Amino acid sequence: MAEPAELTAEDLSEWSTVITPARGWFDLRLAQVWEYRDLIYLFFRRDFVASYKQTILGPFWFFAQPVMTTLVFWVIFGRIGKIVTKGVPQFLFFMAGIILWNFFSSCLIRTATTFTANSGLFGKVYFPRLTVPLSVVLTNLATFGFQFVMFLAFFAVAWWLGVPVHPNWRLIILPVLLLEMAALAIGVGCIVAALTVRYRDFAVIIQFGVQLWMYASCVVFPLALIEPKTRIWFILNPMVPIIESFRYAFIGYGVIQLWELVLSMGITLVLFFGGIVMFSRVERTHLDSI
Amino acid sequence: MAAIIRVENLSKRYRLGVINRRMLYEDLQSRWARWRGQPDPNARIGERAATAHGELWALKDINFEVHQGEVLGVIGHNGSGKSTLLKILSQITAPTTGRALIKGNVASLLEVGTGFHPELTGRDNVFLNGVILGMRREDVARNFDEIVAFSGVESFIDTPVKRYSSGMRVRLAFAVAAHLDPEILIIDEVLAVGDQSFQQKCLGKISEVARGGRTVLFVSHNAAAVENLCSRGIVLEHGQMIFSGTQTEAIQFYSKREDRIEIADLAERKDRSGTGEVRVTGMHFRDAKGEALSTAFAGQMLEIHIDFKNLSGQSFPNLVATLHVRTHFDAPVFVQQNRLTGDSFGALPEHGTLVCRLPRLPLPASVYRLGITLTSESRGGKVLDSLRHATDLPVETGDFFGTGNLPAVQSGVCLVDAEWRLESETAVARAGLS
Repeated sequence: MAEPAELTAEDLSEWSTVITPARGWFDLRLAQVWEYRDLIYLFFRRDFVASYKQTILGPFWFFAQPVMTTLVFWVIFGRIGKIVTKGVPQFLFFMAGIILWNFFSSCLIRTATTFTANSGLFGKVYFPRLTVPLSVVLTNLATFGFQFVMFLAFFAVAWWLGVPVHPNWRLIILPVLLLEMAALAIGVGCIVAALTVRYRDFAVIIQFGVQLWMYASCVVFPLALIEPKTRIWFILNPMVPIIESFRYAFIGYGVIQLWELVLSMGITLVLFFGGIVMFSRVERTHLDSI
Repeated sequence: MAAIIRVENLSKRYRLGVINRRMLYEDLQSRWARWRGQPDPNARIGERAATAHGELWALKDINFEVHQGEVLGVIGHNGSGKSTLLKILSQITAPTTGRALIKGNVASLLEVGTGFHPELTGRDNVFLNGVILGMRREDVARNFDEIVAFSGVESFIDTPVKRYSSGMRVRLAFAVAAHLDPEILIIDEVLAVGDQSFQQKCLGKISEVARGGRTVLFVSHNAAAVENLCSRGIVLEHGQMIFSGTQTEAIQFYSKREDRIEIADLAERKDRSGTGEVRVTGMHFRDAKGEALSTAFAGQMLEIHIDFKNLSGQSFPNLVATLHVRTHFDAPVFVQQNRLTGDSFGALPEHGTLVCRLPRLPLPASVYRLGITLTSESRGGKVLDSLRHATDLPVETGDFFGTGNLPAVQSGVCLVDAEWRLESETAVARAGLS
């Protein structure tokens, strides 16, 4: 089959859109994602408005879910399992882990199912597909906002009752922690989304994989319980330094080191860019393999 | 005039059933072997031949240009590659080889109401849909009142769309699309939805866009619409462009081509749907004397014989046979069905023939397409066998009215019997008096 001649730079400036079989690995067209920022906002609005329509208790579920999970964890891991939280009030310990994990896991799963959940829409109209994961992060950020306020309320009550908590200057890194979690969820989610297009196995793996990952992420136990020998394996999981740093900032006690947090950020960055590259590789062909 | 879309050697290949043939494990194994320069342990013997067999070139070496202000009609039957072409130009999927160059912003309407969310209000959906189609939020806001007025659903604009009737939903969606204002508009089958007046409104809007100097790419089964709207036409068949010219030439070429389609043995045809428990194995025509016809004449008694085979061992006492008659442009002319006439077939034998007798064939000279569908009413209307274009019925000029006169062929798609008389004032008055 004859191939058309190479385009010169002059040609490229003349045509506003050039449609070719393959794009370069790093031709990510992020500027276009920015152009579609209105769409990110409207997807966010749609998901937020639609998620609790036709439920009786509506936004109440934002709060009920983490409180109930915290209670269950408290009873099972705190009382029955007797996990020692090293001076940290158990209820706050579990709740902090749960709201962070909720944010992360929900971003991750919804990003990972981007192509399968939106194939109808993607088959009919073009827009940068990355707008979907970005709007997912916004939606979950809003949910997290509510849950975080709830956490602050519990925290304030505990403080007022004289429970030994020591919020400290480290609280200033909270926005960075959130950003890192979002980047990690998008990165891993995009990798899984790209793999799912070819291997449907990953759609199943992600569902229970996220659950297993939680048990390796210091949600139900503190890093301080881990032996020094195996500690490095936990540190390689970027969620461990994030959750531990969050608790450290609020409670004033923790064993996490700064370099461990920096390492997790490095790992996150690699996964984030790797994920976006893989995602934009498949976004133009994923419909062919349904 | 400068080309605004240039398509060069564009091809698209689909691999059939190959994509998910493998497990991840095997893929990794193959990669590892290739990386070490060893033969692939998972390669099948004669792999090349096997993949060549499992490929489908939905488009092959397409070349054309569209100039500023042209309205290009893309014609072809199902599976000819029309939709694939539009999907590539809309950037929904990537080509396999070749390329397409586009100047200016493109809006593609492959569906009306893409991305509508039932829980959101009409207002929210207007914004969401507009932005999905490539508008900025402030563009939608500026045109909002106009969009709502065009749709005619003003009083329900703050009601969730799930409470809309389907007609209201389509009108609102089209109102958004009508205000896109792109330099290039790509439209596919949008006209297949909605009622007649809505379709007219769509066509009106499209011709308005075209007259405004915008470039339009238009895909439709509706040959009349292509003829009215387009200035040029291309014809696709099996992924190849087999004709390019003015819209009228393209339609003529296409309809001639269509007529030549060989009607293979009906029993062997693959383009059918249904459970297959009962199968149509042949269709032929007979006149009043029971003699086989290859061509019918307008006005004559015609019997359409539908041979079938009943492979299920069941008797299907409530079999419904529906006969669709369409023009060679695929526009419906009429439908006949044994339920309409109140006839029933009784228990179905293992094989036999269903006969539909038309006492006076009401069709002017042309070639018509016959479609046949067999459904079982006792099974909730389940389709047993259906062929959309089972065979052609060629009709020659005949003495329908018994006067030797016939209307001009283009003046209508059917012949209707009638009586004419004059009622003068005096006659009416006299009737009133008596």
